[in-house]
Formats: sequence, structure tokens, C-alpha cells
Amino acid sequence: MNKTYNFAFFDEGSKREIRRATLKAIAIPGYQVPFASREMPIGRGWGTGGLQLTLSLIGKDDVLKVIDQGSDESVNAVNIKKLVSDTTGVRTTDNTKDASLIQSRHRVPEVPLQRDQILILQVPLPEPLRNFEPSEHETKKLHAEREYSGAWLMLFEQIMKYGIMATDADHPVMVHDRYVMAPSPIPRFDNAKLDESEALILLGAGREKKVYAVPPYTNVSSLAFDDYEFEIESFTNHACILCGSNDVFLDELVDEESGETYFQCNDTSNCLEMVNQKQSLGVN
Amino acid sequence: MGYVAVKGGTKAIEESIKRLKYERVKKGTAIELHKIEAGMRGLIDQVMSESSLYDRSLAALAIKQAEGNPEEAVFLLRAYRSTLPRKHVSRVISSENMKVERRISASFKDIPGGQILGATTDYTHRLLDSELENESDLSIQDWLRAFQEENHSTEYQNDTADLNSLTKVLDYLRSEGLLASCENNDLQPGDVTRKSLEFPSMRSERLQVLTRGQTGAVTSLAYAVIRGYGALHPTVGELRVGKLPVHVDHPLLDEGQEEDSYFIGDFTATEVEMLIPLTVEKEQGKKEMEFEVGYGMCMGQNETKAIAMGILDNCLEKPNKEFPSHNEEFVLYHIDSVESTGFISHLKMPHYVTFQSKLDSIRKSKDKTAEQEVGLHE
Repeated sequence: MNKTYNFAFFDEGSKREIRRATLKAIAIPGYQVPFASREMPIGRGWGTGGLQLTLSLIGKDDVLKVIDQGSDESVNAVNIKKLVSDTTGVRTTDNTKDASLIQSRHRVPEVPLQRDQILILQVPLPEPLRNFEPSEHETKKLHAEREYSGAWLMLFEQIMKYGIMATDADHPVMVHDRYVMAPSPIPRFDNAKLDESEALILLGAGREKKVYAVPPYTNVSSLAFDDYEFEIESFTNHACILCGSNDVFLDELVDEESGETYFQCNDTSNCLEMVNQKQSLGVN
Repeated sequence: MGYVAVKGGTKAIEESIKRLKYERVKKGTAIELHKIEAGMRGLIDQVMSESSLYDRSLAALAIKQAEGNPEEAVFLLRAYRSTLPRKHVSRVISSENMKVERRISASFKDIPGGQILGATTDYTHRLLDSELENESDLSIQDWLRAFQEENHSTEYQNDTADLNSLTKVLDYLRSEGLLASCENNDLQPGDVTRKSLEFPSMRSERLQVLTRGQTGAVTSLAYAVIRGYGALHPTVGELRVGKLPVHVDHPLLDEGQEEDSYFIGDFTATEVEMLIPLTVEKEQGKKEMEFEVGYGMCMGQNETKAIAMGILDNCLEKPNKEFPSHNEEFVLYHIDSVESTGFISHLKMPHYVTFQSKLDSIRKSKDKTAEQEVGLHE
């Protein structure tokens, strides 16, 4: 544990300030609460929003899991985990079920979250209306007036142009029938996991200085039309090459030798667990 | 099967960090902090200014660790700054009390107190000085001794100006009636490091973001303004570099009195007041010329940036849809070194999930097009 820094890096005043913003965010589901984002020892845009939430909330008894792009061992996940455990000494885990705090970039874990867990998502661009309105001053007004025709129009135009709603990750959602929210760039596949979640979901954007939240058991629906329904990424006819799962988000990989495409679980810790389960059952 | 990215990240990262240290030390020589502090004043001033942290030795440490890369050094100091509790707020500092080391006006030749050139590269030719190759501590000390003797000789003792209280050039203009006098704005200033910026912003917040801005970015935007992507044609009314004293109130006394406050040190700053001519419309379509002021203030000696800041300050006082440089969101959101480099550099991180999602959308839209074409031919 790095003794030259305060517990969880920040001074107590900063932690308290971030917690206050977080409480406000929980009280107004989907509303972006501005907060005085601090500069962190990792790059602005590398997950500083999530990290500030994690550091402001973490206590000595917490168990932390960090995921980046589905992996516990990707560069950024390792870095963040290292910084938090260096400055707090808390235990870290790869196992989703064991974690009390889960900080994640671009994925909601495949294992359903529980009520004593908090999922913290890192957000690069918290403003779902930014695509058609560059001004922060204006988008704030649009949210206040619940003026979301721009967001609907954007989806409508995609249908006119491409025949489908061509959003990739970060497909906008409506939270508690009030605020349109950017769900952080999680794939469309994960949007449904936000709906009526048992765990508290916090979203932090460090560079854009916003915190927002989906409290437990809150209604979250992906924007869509009656005749053009919301569609998730399809992996029909594909299964994970390692564990055989076919109901999870898959990464598409290419075999260097044969040049053939194969698929593998994106959530690596879930995949490992599935493999272990099968082996103990003697399936393979 | 090819490489499967499941495990192994931790080890690779450790090796990468080791490699970075190797690059810093591979020539087998350690650069000493006091040498950075002594010889890299320009870089230290720039880094302190962008970090909003006035500490020469910490700046030197950051520069050493960052291998001289200012963007990294600022990043290190800003992150360190986040961990510091704020214990005191200084008393209001008046720049009239600056202990001036350099002061020029490009507007008036004969300013009260005179032009004081001080230390500047402005009058040097940028020719590489090969003598520096052989400079040693000894040769420097010899030069220093000679310089001090020269300074004590009577030839240079004729200056009568009190460098601790030089009148401001702009005050002279006000007394001549060429510049409207302005009221002091005694509103409690906002603090952009404690509260995020909301628009329309206060001038105090704008000035903070500008002074913390990346030197290059602030300069580029101001350059764009005077080159044509903006509507200003400014002159430097006064530029001064010098030391400003900092006082804090006694922590236990409620109403701080000037005489009870403590002097805790001084810091070098560059202050610029830009004069910007402006046509104002008067009654019955009459037009009149007036001067407006743009203000710039940076830690350390940082003249180009302070001037650029002065230009942008005035731009933002007068929003103009025609030019992005007159749009506060455009300017203030994009000039911060830590924010802009952080977000640009995040593109180096893996984006497998979003990319997979994008692939899915592209494939689906291609399928749709193919479907429609088949439909047309049928």
C-alpha cells in the first residue's frame, strides 16, 4: 500500500464531494449531475470518471473487480485495479459474484448482478444528444424540457438511410420514463441488463465532469419504434470456442493459420467459470 | 489457434513499464533535479502554469519523470494536485503590488516609469550558441561574479523608478478619458477545480480555464483570432513580469484584517492587459471608437500565452456565432492539456466491444440493402 497518498488517493473533502453528487444522481435517475471532476493519475478518457466514483465509495471491506472490454486482464483494467489496491489495500477479484464493487468499461458482466453490488461504468461521452447538438448549454435545456425529438429523429434518419437503426454500442435508453441517457458504450446486447437491475448502477464521466445513475429496480428501455424494434447484436449460429456458450456477447477472432473466423466469450471471467464448471461435471 | 487475449496482461504491462525506465536511464547518467530547476526555467514555468501548481521543485521532479515531455509533466502535477486538501485561501492579490522585473508597453513609447526590458529572448537572434557546449559550473560562476560587480557599479544606479509600485499603463489611459473606467467586480470568483463549468460561465471561471490551458492550444486559437477567424485587432497595453506577494489570513480570526495576515511567499507571474479598439454605435447611428481590455495572467514567465489569453478573454466577452473563437464552449472545453491529450490518447485503448457492435450494424445494413435490391428486381 502506497503510504504517501491518502486512503483511496483523494483527500477526504474530495471524496465527500463526489459522494454528494452521486447521491443526487441516484435521486434523479438518468439525470447528469455535474461534479468537480479531479485530475487523476490515469488519462482523462481512460476511465477517470469511473475511478473517481470507485475511490469515493470504496471502503476497507470492499472487494473490487475491474473489467475493460470484458476482460479482467486488459491493460486498463490492470492499471485501474493496481492504482486502487495500491492506495487502499483492498482485495481484488476476477469473479463477478465475489465483488462488491465492479468498475467496468464497455460491458455489463454476463453474470446477473445482485442487490449488494454496485456496478460503476466508465463513460467517455455522457451526453446522448451530443450527436446533433454540440452545445452543452443547449442540451441541458433539451433535457429540462424533455425535448427528445432530436434523438428519435436521429434513429428515424438511420432507418431511412440504412434500413436499420444503425447505432452500435451506446444505443440511447430512456430511464424511468423521464431522461434519455447514454448507457456508456456498452453493446446493445447489454442494454437490457440495465433494466430493473438489482444492483445499483453508477456512471461516471471524468473528462465531461458528469455523474449519473440507474438506481436498483428502475425501468430502463432502449429507444425504438413499434415497427422498427430495438435489435441487439446477433451471434446466431455462433458459440464460444472455449466454453460453448451461445447466449453471451462474443468476440470475433481470426485464426492466424487457417484464416478462419471463430468466436469466443467477451466476458473472460464468465468464460473461465463456464469451462471450469463443464470440466468438474465431466462434460468435456 | 492464434493468440488469445485472456491472460497475461499484467506481466506485459510490468515489462512495458520497465522498458520505459530503461529508455529514461539507458545512457547511464542521472539528471539531477537541481539542474533541471536551475536550467529549464521556461519549461518549469510552462508546466507550473498549465498545472495550476506553483512549486518549482515539484515541477522539476515531474519534468524529470516525464523525460522533459511537458504534456506528461503537467499530467503528473495535476494528478498530484488532486490529492492536496485546500487549507487556505489567500487574500486578494493586487497586481499593482507586483515587484516588477520586466514591463513593456507596445502602445505607448513613453510610459510613466519607463519600459523595463528585463530578461527576454525577444531581442536575441535565434542562432545556436556553440559555446554552450563547453559551459561548466566554473565558467558560469565566473560570469556571475562579473555580472554582479557590473550591477553594483554607479553606471546602472540611475534608475529612480520604484519597481514595487509602478503605475499601470491603463490607468494613464483612463485618466486621459480614452478608456472607460470599470467597476471592481468583487463577486466571489468561481473555482473550476471544485465545480464543473456551466454555461454561460462567469468571467472568473473563463480566466481560470484560459490560464490553465495548454500553452500551444491557447496560442493557436488566439493566433486564429488575429489572423482572421475572429474579430479583434489588439495591441499590448502593458505586459509585466514580476513577483506577487501572497498573504493568508490568520486561521482563527473571523474577519481577516490586512495587518493580521501572514506573508507566505511570492510567486512569479506574467500579466498582460491588451487594448482592443472597438467601434460602438451611439445614438442616431453615430459611431465612436473605444478601447476595450482583454486580460491575461499566467504563473511564471509565459508571455506568449498571457497575451493569447488576453485576446481570448476579450473574444469570449463578446460572443459571436460567426467565429468559433468567440464561442465559450468551443474555446474553454478544448484547450485543457490533461483533458485533450487524455481523450486523444484513449484512442490507443482497445475498443473491441464497440467495434464488434459496429461490425454488426454494418453487416445488418448491408443485408438490408441486399434484401431491398432483390425486392426491386423481383
